[in-house]
Amino acid sequence: MEFSLKDKAITLFCENKEVIFQDNPAEVIRARESAFRKFKQLGFPTKKMEEWRNTNLSDILSRNHHFNFEAPKEDIDIEKIFQCEVPNFDTHIVSLYNGWYVSRDKPLETLPNGTIVGSFARALKEYPELVLKHYNKYCKNELNGLNALNTAFAQDGVFIYVPDNVGAYKPIQIVNILDKGNNLFVQNRNLIIVGKNSKLSFLHCDDSRNHEASFSNTVTEVFIDEGASVDHYKLQNLNDKTTLINSTFFQQEKDSQLSSFAITLNGGIVRNDSHVLLNNKGIDSNIYGLYLVDKEQHVDNRVFVDHASPNCTSNELFKGILDDQGSAAFNGHVLVRRDAQQTNACQTNRNILLTDKAKAHAKPFLEIYADDVKCSHGATVGQLDDEALFYIKSRGISEYNAKLLLMYAFAAEVVNKISLPALKSRIDDLVKKRLRGELAVCSQCVLHCQSQEQVYDFKIDMSKL
Amino acid sequence: MLKIENLHVSINGKEIIKGLNLQVNAGEVHAIMGPNGTGKSTLASVIAGKEGYDITDGHITYLDKDLFQFSTEERALEGIFLGFQYPVEIPGVSMTNFMRTAINEHRKHKGLDPLSAGDFLALMEEKRKLVEIKDKLKNRAVNEGFSGGEKKKNEIFQMAMLEPKLAILDETDSGLDIDALRVVANGVNKLRSKDNASIVITHYQRLLDYIVPDFVHVLYEGKIVKTGGKELALQLEEKGYEWLG
Repeated sequence: MEFSLKDKAITLFCENKEVIFQDNPAEVIRARESAFRKFKQLGFPTKKMEEWRNTNLSDILSRNHHFNFEAPKEDIDIEKIFQCEVPNFDTHIVSLYNGWYVSRDKPLETLPNGTIVGSFARALKEYPELVLKHYNKYCKNELNGLNALNTAFAQDGVFIYVPDNVGAYKPIQIVNILDKGNNLFVQNRNLIIVGKNSKLSFLHCDDSRNHEASFSNTVTEVFIDEGASVDHYKLQNLNDKTTLINSTFFQQEKDSQLSSFAITLNGGIVRNDSHVLLNNKGIDSNIYGLYLVDKEQHVDNRVFVDHASPNCTSNELFKGILDDQGSAAFNGHVLVRRDAQQTNACQTNRNILLTDKAKAHAKPFLEIYADDVKCSHGATVGQLDDEALFYIKSRGISEYNAKLLLMYAFAAEVVNKISLPALKSRIDDLVKKRLRGELAVCSQCVLHCQSQEQVYDFKIDMSKL
Repeated sequence: MLKIENLHVSINGKEIIKGLNLQVNAGEVHAIMGPNGTGKSTLASVIAGKEGYDITDGHITYLDKDLFQFSTEERALEGIFLGFQYPVEIPGVSMTNFMRTAINEHRKHKGLDPLSAGDFLALMEEKRKLVEIKDKLKNRAVNEGFSGGEKKKNEIFQMAMLEPKLAILDETDSGLDIDALRVVANGVNKLRSKDNASIVITHYQRLLDYIVPDFVHVLYEGKIVKTGGKELALQLEEKGYEWLG
């Protein structure tokens, strides 16, 4: 009989219930059981589904992946395998190793501004009321089987709680390291709660440590309370054999602000799903993406913005450069509900194809039921501008550098929106390296390239752009 | 310096230049005039190395070498500069970085080290004043949001930066008011020397009041039909081009 990962997952869930449910409050167990039924019904996404038509998981899912239900016994010395080397970038690092929180035996930490950070599994024990108020409230298990599977299975992840009315502390950097994968199916669940009028910057880095295949299915729920402000950066630098499904569900409350970036520098198949519910008035929501794709890599960004309230602004800008046989998809869906008057929504996806074999699919989509709104959408797929190339070359700049200049300028529109200066300059370096073909997958984090940007003819000073 | 012999150029099978001859020596300024659609801009583009043109006959030598063996950027490095009729906007690429990359490529070609940031900025400042370009423009993206006059001044600024041997100015005067025209002409005149040459392509005699040419050529239906001194320009202004046909 043909192997079915769905059947395997179903069997494993039934066999390992005791371990999965261990120490879980009754609400969590109910949520898992319900999501499990949903998964049985939905199965894994297929190309027959409109929202997955450009991303084919069937080959990957036909492999016999294995699941770990027990955290690794041996202590992981995270400092040995990961050191963030972004110059002058001071973050508070929390790590996941194959989906398990590193040092999960330790109690949750309280940072100087009162922010609580730690293992999601541990938070369920220490702060059950706080967690249960938000857990599984934003994730859409009915949306696809992967989300449901995550709810049913995921045992650990990162928990962050920022209390009301606190200013920014250091950015919190979640590092999800995949190691010794060999078809490991990793699932983690993150919950981020940002209190009223508070600020949080957090990074969500997905990295491979070696070249073994693995499948990472992550769900992150983010609640942004009234007047709060969140900067979110997904940085993805995985090996070519890794599949990453990264689903983030945001709920924003009155007058809150969000900037979320999905920066994909490398990966096998990467799917970023961002769901944003604008739940009250005066919200500002910015969803940005930058993907640099080559070889046979595939990057799929899906964004759903639900304008459920009036006077909100949402802005999507996704840009991609595709080389070799790389492919990308963008699916943007903005829903403006009947009461969401005075909505301002903008969707943009631009792609540059460097070869005949590279492919980009763009589907910007607006669904509007209110009448007093300002919405725009646009998508382009094209080559570098020949007129601009000729102009640059006519000044004596080589074809190679002329193309670099144009590609770099194209990417810079997204990079320039990064508000943490040290991160911006690092991403800027990495984009340059990537465009010059110097950056294959790092053995470690995307932010962990040992070699600094070298002095080079092609020197761009971001501050001047 | 530049020698064009029996040049024939087609675009998509349509012949635009039909046997053109021209010789430009160091120290000379040549004006090429003629009505619309006679091949003036095609000639400029072909010399600069733009793609999309079929050279069906003839040849061009530049500094005694076959010009067609060089790519666009090699021609630029060998000292050819094209001032564009319609300068291209390049969003995201700042003027500073654009020029710094260009200057350093020229220096590399001459076997020189890249210019330091300080020296480069000083050079920019010097040349910027020459063409009376506003300071803020250098921090903006190349030509993006520049007015028509600013774009043309920016062409002359780039020319001043790169110090070409042979400058071809394609209708640099079109769309300029009299003040901008004076600035542009002044920039060109300051860069004139016995070692370099210019080809000034224009519709109107007006520019030639400011940039006094050694020769005026009339390009008509793909050929140079008349060559004379600067007084020819005045005749053309008076009589138009019809009498030459």
